[in-house]
Amino acid sequence: MEVFVQQLINGITLGSIYGLIAIGYTMVFGIIGMVNFAHGDVFMVSSFIALVAALVLTTWLGISSVFLSLFIVLIVGMLLTSLVSWTIERLAYRPLRGSFRLAPLISAIGMSIFLMNFVQVAQGPRNKAVPPMLQQVIVVMERDGYEVTVSYRQLVIWAVTAFLLLAFWYVVSKTSLGRAQRACEQDQKMASLTGVDVDQTISITFVIGAALAAVAGTMYLMYYGVVSFSDGFVPGIKAFTAAVLGGIGSIPGAVIGGLLIGLIETMWSAYFSIDYKDVAAFSVLVITLIFLPQGILGRPEVEKV
Amino acid sequence: MTVNAPLLSVRGVKTCYGNITALHGIDLDVHDGEIVTLIGANGAGKSTLMMTIFGNPRAREGRIVYQGRDITQLQTHEIARLNIAQAPEGRRIFSRMTVMENLQMGAQIAEPGHFQEDLERIFTLFPRLKERIGQRGGTLSGGEQQMLSIARALMSRPRLLLLDEPSLGLAPLIARQIFDIIADLNRRTKLTVLLVEQNAFHALRLAHRGYVMVNGRITLSGTGKELLDRPEIRAAYLEGGRQEATAEAR
Ligand SMILES: Nc1ncnc2c1ncn2[C@@H]1O[C@H](COP(=O)(O)OP(=O)(O)OP(=O)(O)O)[C@@H](O)[C@H]1O
Ligand SMILES: [Mg+2]
Repeated sequence: MEVFVQQLINGITLGSIYGLIAIGYTMVFGIIGMVNFAHGDVFMVSSFIALVAALVLTTWLGISSVFLSLFIVLIVGMLLTSLVSWTIERLAYRPLRGSFRLAPLISAIGMSIFLMNFVQVAQGPRNKAVPPMLQQVIVVMERDGYEVTVSYRQLVIWAVTAFLLLAFWYVVSKTSLGRAQRACEQDQKMASLTGVDVDQTISITFVIGAALAAVAGTMYLMYYGVVSFSDGFVPGIKAFTAAVLGGIGSIPGAVIGGLLIGLIETMWSAYFSIDYKDVAAFSVLVITLIFLPQGILGRPEVEKV
Repeated sequence: MTVNAPLLSVRGVKTCYGNITALHGIDLDVHDGEIVTLIGANGAGKSTLMMTIFGNPRAREGRIVYQGRDITQLQTHEIARLNIAQAPEGRRIFSRMTVMENLQMGAQIAEPGHFQEDLERIFTLFPRLKERIGQRGGTLSGGEQQMLSIARALMSRPRLLLLDEPSLGLAPLIARQIFDIIADLNRRTKLTVLLVEQNAFHALRLAHRGYVMVNGRITLSGTGKELLDRPEIRAAYLEGGRQEATAEAR
């Protein structure tokens, strides 16, 4: 029981990170029908941006307040990562729009490899670490010497994720920007007839996805304390799995899928074998694709056209 | 109709899909305050012209001038922001958005301050939409979708409205209502309309002027009455219309 509760806590934390990344996959897929394979690496790059920003803040500027520096790191990370993603879309995807269907996909794989290699060359192939922060824990349950704890880090991750999801939900469902975004998702031609700049809206979609991935990247770095150039790959595929599981194109689906993948992974590690936790996550992808290809919240195809 | 420069002028427009030419040099004018109709058989190129005016597909040759400005090379959304609106072929309702959101999309380029007023205006024209305001567009009936498509176009306060087969799939009574609304808007608010219609009888009675398109070319033009009286028009486009007219007369 204690193990279960502890893994629940850990799983929700991990799932929040996956969910934030998954939104980027799902939104881009929703609007241009393309799997942005470079998204996982954008997430990895954002971790490095956070790493550099954190070191600059603490060692050079001497800012000691953890929350202040975390806040600044988040903002800087979101801005720079958005810029990276915006540039990728402009240079590598937009010129290929209207070309054959696989072209942007191949381009995305190329960008993924480029980002990975660029970081490897620029930052070195080894793990990079930040000094541990927010290490205090709260004991929520104790029995027979086994303590169930929530760390401050986890609380921060939950709070930031919850806040962002609310803000994001508001933008997508209530603002004219969000409406334009959804309109482009449903019918780009009609959206442009109502005066929506479709290309710009697609750019904004990439920027929003990247900003959320940047938050995930910062959280990831804070949670694990280390990051390496190859860390975009596995979390990226897990987040993609989350998007597929939740129903690709569905934003709530991405969040639910993320939480489920996080939980599956931590539960599997606790009760079966930690070595096979990635296998468990990817098995979910395969099983979903076979038995529930439209995902949990996938669109029912009953609309009149 | 007037000696002034036309509100919209299409000159020598040629449009292709790949290497198939759909429009072979179209000349057409729409003057301020007019209702102009474009009739022609299936596949004649009417919808292609409506979309070419919006730059998608783009004219391969020729010029499109709106309010004295050459818009041939503008992007679709830039053209939409010049107060031209279109209720396109196939209605194209945003099916996963509510009726309200669809109307908000239409109002996207209008002054936000006008929204409530325009909404009320739309509800007087189409009371049905008011009842359905929270319903998803995709679940509306065909006729309701057609009303929404026109209402959405009106929400931008257009000066020129392009309507592509607004009566398609509608019961005759509803189709009549839609034509009445168009005529009424034109009389009261001087809304200029370019109307594509299968129902040539209604369209020509409604319009000040009409053009007939055959295989991507304009073959005839004239006032609505002139065209209605021409035997070749009667033979080619008015079979159904004449029956309807006799039915109405009874
Ligand atoms: N996207 C497209 N790709 C290739 N050809 C097209 C495309 N759209 C239309 N066409 C062709 O262009 C011609 C004109 O089509 P268009 O839709 O403009 O006709 P229309 O006059 O609107 O007909 P209808 O009354 O049936 O709506 C047709 O031969 C059609 O097959
Ligand atoms: Mg047509």
